[in-house]
Amino acid sequence: MTPDNDRYTHTAVALHWLMAVLLVGLFAVGLYMTGLKLSPQKLQIYSWHKWAGVTLFLLALARLAWRLGHRPPAPPATMPRWQHVAAEGTHHLLYVLMLAIPLTGWLMSSAKGFQTVWFGVLPLPDLLAKDEALGELLAGAHKALNLGLAALVLGHVGAALKHHFIDRDGVLARMLPFLRSH
Amino acid sequence: MKRHILAAALLGLGLATQAGAVEYARFQPEQSRVEFTSKQMGVAVDGRFRKFDVQLAFDPAKPTAASARIDIALASIDAGSKDADDEVAGKQWFDLKAFPTASFVATGVKALGGDRYEAVGKISIKGRTQDAVLPFTVKHDGRLATFDGSLVVKRLDFAVGEGAWADVGTVANEVQVKFRIVAAAR
Repeated sequence: MTPDNDRYTHTAVALHWLMAVLLVGLFAVGLYMTGLKLSPQKLQIYSWHKWAGVTLFLLALARLAWRLGHRPPAPPATMPRWQHVAAEGTHHLLYVLMLAIPLTGWLMSSAKGFQTVWFGVLPLPDLLAKDEALGELLAGAHKALNLGLAALVLGHVGAALKHHFIDRDGVLARMLPFLRSH
Repeated sequence: MKRHILAAALLGLGLATQAGAVEYARFQPEQSRVEFTSKQMGVAVDGRFRKFDVQLAFDPAKPTAASARIDIALASIDAGSKDADDEVAGKQWFDLKAFPTASFVATGVKALGGDRYEAVGKISIKGRTQDAVLPFTVKHDGRLATFDGSLVVKRLDFAVGEGAWADVGTVANEVQVKFRIVAAAR
C-alpha cells in the first residue's frame, strides 16, 4: 500500500479546481449576458464566454483522459453502498455535462449564424448551417443542461461538505490537500 | 436568285449587328442579391438586403456608355439576427427614419479587359456621400446578363455605428459588400 493511494493526483486536483472556478464563472457570465441589450460590450462578453467554453471543453477532455489513466481513490469503507452509487453516478453525469454543454453552445452558435473562433484566432467549423428554429432549440438545450449541471454541482458540494463536517471521513481532504495538514 | 442570297446575307448581317448591340436594362430582382459580411470580434457575420432597386443600361459593345444606379431599402436588412436588425435601424447606425435608402450611382464605367469592368461612382448612406470604385465582372448570353461585384465600405465614413459602436475592435470598420445583379436584354 503506497501512502498516496487514498488521494487524487496533483494533476487531478489542479484540473478539478481550475475547472470548478471556470465553470462557476462561466455559468454566472452566461446568466448575466443573455439579458443584456445589444451593445459592443455584449458582443465582447459573448465572445469571451465562447472562448472560455471551448477552453473548458478541452480541459474536460484532458481531465477525462487523465481520469481514465489514473484510478481515483476508492470511497471510504464506512460509506453506505447507495452513497457510493450516487457519488459514482454524479461524477459520471458531471463528465457528460462538462462535454455536452460546450458542444451545445458551439452548435447553437453555428445554428444562429455566429461562428465560434477560439480567442478570435482559431475558427471552429460550423457543423450546422444557419437555422433560427434549431438555434432556439439548442439554446434551450444549453440552458436546460446548465441548470442540470448547477443542480448536480450543488449536490456534489453538499455531499463533500457532509463528508467533511458530519461523516469526518477525509473525503473532502483528498481533493483539498490543505485540509490534510491540520 | 443572287439578289435573294444578297438580301438574306444582309439580313443575317443586320441580325448579327443587332445581337452585338444588345442592351441589358431590365432588372431581375428575384435573381439578384446584395449581401454583406461584417466582422464582429474578428468573426465574419453574413447579412443581406432583401429589397433593392436597380436601374441600369449595359451594352457589352459599348461598356463605357453604361449607366447604373442601385438603391437599397435599408429596412429590408438581415444583419444576422433579430437583435442586430433592430439595433441597426436606430440613430447610431442607419437612422432609418431619416435615411431609409442607401445608393450607389455610377458616373462612369471602365473596361479592364475580358469580362472585367470597373464602375466609378458615389455611395450615399445616412446623408453622407463618398467616391467609390466598384469592380465587377459580366457574363451574358444575349438574353440575360449577370453582374458580380464587390467592394469594401468603411462604415465610419458614413457614421454607421456611432457612439460606443464606433469602436472598430468590436465591429470592424470594413464591411465587404457583394452584389449580384441580373438584367434581361431590353
